[in-house]
Amino acid sequence: MLTVRIVPCLDVRDGRIVKGVRFQGLRDAGDPAARAALYEAQGADEIVVLDVAATPAGRGAHRDVVRAVRAALSIPLTVGGGVRGADDAAQLLDAGADKVSVNSAAVREPGLIDALAGRFGSQCTVVAIDAARDASGGWRARTHGGAADSDRDAVAWAREAGERGAGEILLTSWDRDGTGDGYDLDLIAAVAAVTRVPIIASGGAARAGHLAAAVRAGAGAVLAATIFHDGVTGVGDVKRALAADGFEVRP
Amino acid sequence: MSVPDIVVVATGTANTASVLAGLARAGARPRLARDAADIDGARGVVLPGVGTPRAALAGLAAGGLGEALVRRLRAGRPTLAVCLGLQLLCETSAESPGVAGFGLVPGRIERLPDRVRVPHMGWNQVVPGDAGPAGLVQEGHAYFANSYRLADAPFGWRASFVDYGGRWVAALERGAVLACQFHPELSGAWGTALLARWIARAVEAGC
Repeated sequence: MLTVRIVPCLDVRDGRIVKGVRFQGLRDAGDPAARAALYEAQGADEIVVLDVAATPAGRGAHRDVVRAVRAALSIPLTVGGGVRGADDAAQLLDAGADKVSVNSAAVREPGLIDALAGRFGSQCTVVAIDAARDASGGWRARTHGGAADSDRDAVAWAREAGERGAGEILLTSWDRDGTGDGYDLDLIAAVAAVTRVPIIASGGAARAGHLAAAVRAGAGAVLAATIFHDGVTGVGDVKRALAADGFEVRP
Repeated sequence: MSVPDIVVVATGTANTASVLAGLARAGARPRLARDAADIDGARGVVLPGVGTPRAALAGLAAGGLGEALVRRLRAGRPTLAVCLGLQLLCETSAESPGVAGFGLVPGRIERLPDRVRVPHMGWNQVVPGDAGPAGLVQEGHAYFANSYRLADAPFGWRASFVDYGGRWVAALERGAVLACQFHPELSGAWGTALLARWIARAVEAGC
């Protein structure tokens, strides 16, 4: 049986892990390769590295960070940040990424998803969506590390991404990011209902119960950063709690 | 034991860096194959693969890489095919209609059923199909990322299985030829141990 994936996320800026609340007030949280190795040893099922400064700075993700993290890992590595075209993705794969995540550039030019899936396959193409609740009760996709609004309905955008060849949707609740208030379960359920592509839930996790709720809402993987970086909860703690709750996890 | 010469066939679309890192972790000193002579000459050859069969086979046609691979496989020389690599050994694939695979494994690759989320993405349990002496693949959790699969074990191969939208082939092995639908290079300590067993068998095979 396919197990629930626990995915620690490393938001990286200038070669260091940073973490804030709603993408703001970033503080240092350590060395990416050392953290990635620690999380693998704790039982992490894959690692996501997002270069949060890449798109705002108008450049690609730092490849030296990708190389260092790859060398430390024997589990899958997804890398995002500043990917504007298939050649950017190819450089990240050459540096040691297994999957490439696109966000802002795909919102601007959706054909990027088709291009990546066509060249590298859907299993390599992750579409990250930063979704913020709007006044109508729905969600809008935000871009540029959460700093800019787009006119795209986040749920419709997730469906379109799947139709264009995305192999996963990395679905972050902008409202919950870093707050510890739990994942936005309505958002997960709304996206799960419109696409057959696997969903990685992100934004708001503070304890194992939050992760379990996200899986029940339709996520196949749960991403978290703050709870693991703070060292209060290990990946193994979360897995034991999920297993006790009846979920299949990788031992 | 000397460090065996293992070459990785670059298809232009695969996660080659991860494959090289995984083989190094398992004790090999891997390098990229430059041409068909490298494929003919190496102790072991790894065919990684992502993307579509059509794109991968077109890449392998250049320089006779595909022909060199077929020569190795027919002779049973140590070869590891990963993910799409397993699918390329078969006859045809629903992913690329009208394109002929290597045809070394009887069978057709079909898409996973609609009742499950596709791609099949993540860690799933691999179970060897046969009792009897242990093969290279042992029971454990492996990392998969696939939308297509080989449903039935072909005659003449030791098969391992996985369950997602029904039971299908996770790996095939015959002597020193190993084909994995999952990614051993991304399957943690279990995957590294499998790579090490294949490398050891490649050394034993001595050809």
